Amino acid sequence: MLQIGLSHFLTVAAVLFALGIFGIFLNRKNVIVILMSVELMLLAVNINFVAFSTFLDDLTGQIFAMFVLGIAAAEAAIGLAIIVVYFRNRGSIAVEDVNVMKG
Amino acid sequence: MTAFSMTDLATVAPEIFLAVLGLALLMAGVFRGDRASGWISWAVVAGFAAAAGLVWQGGGARALAFDGLYVSDAFSLFMKQLTLLGSGLALVLSIRFNDREGIARIEYPVLFLFATLGMMTMISANDLLVLYVGLELQSLCLYVVAAYRRDSVRSTEAGLKYFVLGALSSGMLLYGVSLIYGYTGTTRFDVLVEQVAGHGAPALGLVVGLVFLISGLAFKVSAVPFHMWTPDVYEGAPTPVTAFFAAAPKVAALALFARVLVGAFGPLVEQWSQIIVFLSIASMALGAFAAVGQTNIKRLMAYSSIGHMGYVLIGLAAGNVSGLRGLLIYTAIYVVMGIGTFACILCMRRQGRTVEAIADLAGLARTHPMVAFALAIFMFSMSGIPPLAGFFGKFYVFMSAIEAGLYVLAVLGVLSSVVAAFYYLRIVKVMYFDEPDAVLDRPIGGTLAVVLAGTSTFTLLFFLAPGPLLARAQAAAAALIGG
Repeated sequence: MLQIGLSHFLTVAAVLFALGIFGIFLNRKNVIVILMSVELMLLAVNINFVAFSTFLDDLTGQIFAMFVLGIAAAEAAIGLAIIVVYFRNRGSIAVEDVNVMKG
Repeated sequence: MTAFSMTDLATVAPEIFLAVLGLALLMAGVFRGDRASGWISWAVVAGFAAAAGLVWQGGGARALAFDGLYVSDAFSLFMKQLTLLGSGLALVLSIRFNDREGIARIEYPVLFLFATLGMMTMISANDLLVLYVGLELQSLCLYVVAAYRRDSVRSTEAGLKYFVLGALSSGMLLYGVSLIYGYTGTTRFDVLVEQVAGHGAPALGLVVGLVFLISGLAFKVSAVPFHMWTPDVYEGAPTPVTAFFAAAPKVAALALFARVLVGAFGPLVEQWSQIIVFLSIASMALGAFAAVGQTNIKRLMAYSSIGHMGYVLIGLAAGNVSGLRGLLIYTAIYVVMGIGTFACILCMRRQGRTVEAIADLAGLARTHPMVAFALAIFMFSMSGIPPLAGFFGKFYVFMSAIEAGLYVLAVLGVLSSVVAAFYYLRIVKVMYFDEPDAVLDRPIGGTLAVVLAGTSTFTLLFFLAPGPLLARAQAAAAALIGG
């Protein structure tokens, strides 16, 4: 029977993290999708923290994961607020419309 | 595990003071409404001054608080006072601007206060968790102030871009932190040093984690290749907010950079030094060449700040006491020059509306001789012409690079500062020799004049008494390397 070890957790987290990064860079449609990709990255990090915490037998990682969850919630709230004010001004939140300034 | 004690509270007194002040002012703002924004802004400025006094009173002795999560030493003293100075001056510049633009609201000074609180937490962090919490407190406030002018497409777009890329960088930093935690079993900097020093070759996972951590931090100081947000955010955000971005968060992020790399990963200097050398060269080159074609002065200042971060990172790449001393001196001088330059940019108004093109400065020497003189001082100083303050900043970082044997870095630094001198001097040429097509408004306002006089006097006369700053930077650098 397959034993699930630390490396399996780390692989899942690395895949999710990479998906999050690609979601930000390859997504050409909607800013909300970027927000979801950011959440995905933070959750991948949380899997890392909890897995390490269990295998190291040390609570710090789980405490860290709680802090990350809390801050991710605050970040999502602020991100949505900025998207709302942007939509009011521009009438669109498509990624290709975020281009008033070049760069 | 030790119990929490009164000495812990004494160590974090400046932060507790600012936090309580912020909550009290928010309550006052709720009851008084936006009419109160003027006195709340001045109360925050006074709070910054009081916090700087508390930091000063704490002294430079090394003290740990909260079971080693938090550290206060000569390095944090220097950087915190510099951050408070930068934030305070940026807020002073904002008050009249916000009034005139009709965007004065009570949240603005309070967001400045909480962002500064986050920066102070970053500077004093002695644990990766405190580092992350301080960094996010700062960043979340900065995202909001970037989008502060909420009826403008440019400002909200700046906020949106800053938010997306900032969140990405926080994610990368955090992934690095999780790997570092996993491969060392600790998040405390002083334990990390022992863990890292103990073994011969570091584990691959640890090095990968360190690279992610460095890229997250490089984003916050806007070093190339993590600089993409800087020009857009500088251009789009309201001008006093840009002044704030150019000064205070850079100081805090550099302090964090130095504390993490030199303090926690000092034994791995061979691993990270190459990365810092690369970031430094790329930033100096991009800062020098990309700024040449700019027509908007705020965008030009963005590229200029990228270039300046390249010079500062030379001091970090050297990794010794004199390198860190150069970093601290350069940062201090950069904050003063940056605030002064943005004070000049705030003077650029025509018929009550702000203008931002470099061409609008034409003939400034005839219409506003004092402002033109001050801006010329800042431009000469930024390009590193002696005997102005900017020359000393560059001199000390280049000297430290030569001491550390990084000759290529020093030579490339000098060459790129020659290229950068072109666009700084072009501004002086536009002000002094071009014909004005329309006159800028006058008068410029009392607080602006005071800030401009103070910063330009410092930049002009720094060479008369560099001693006190040098001595304090030396003590701060020694505290970090020794402790």
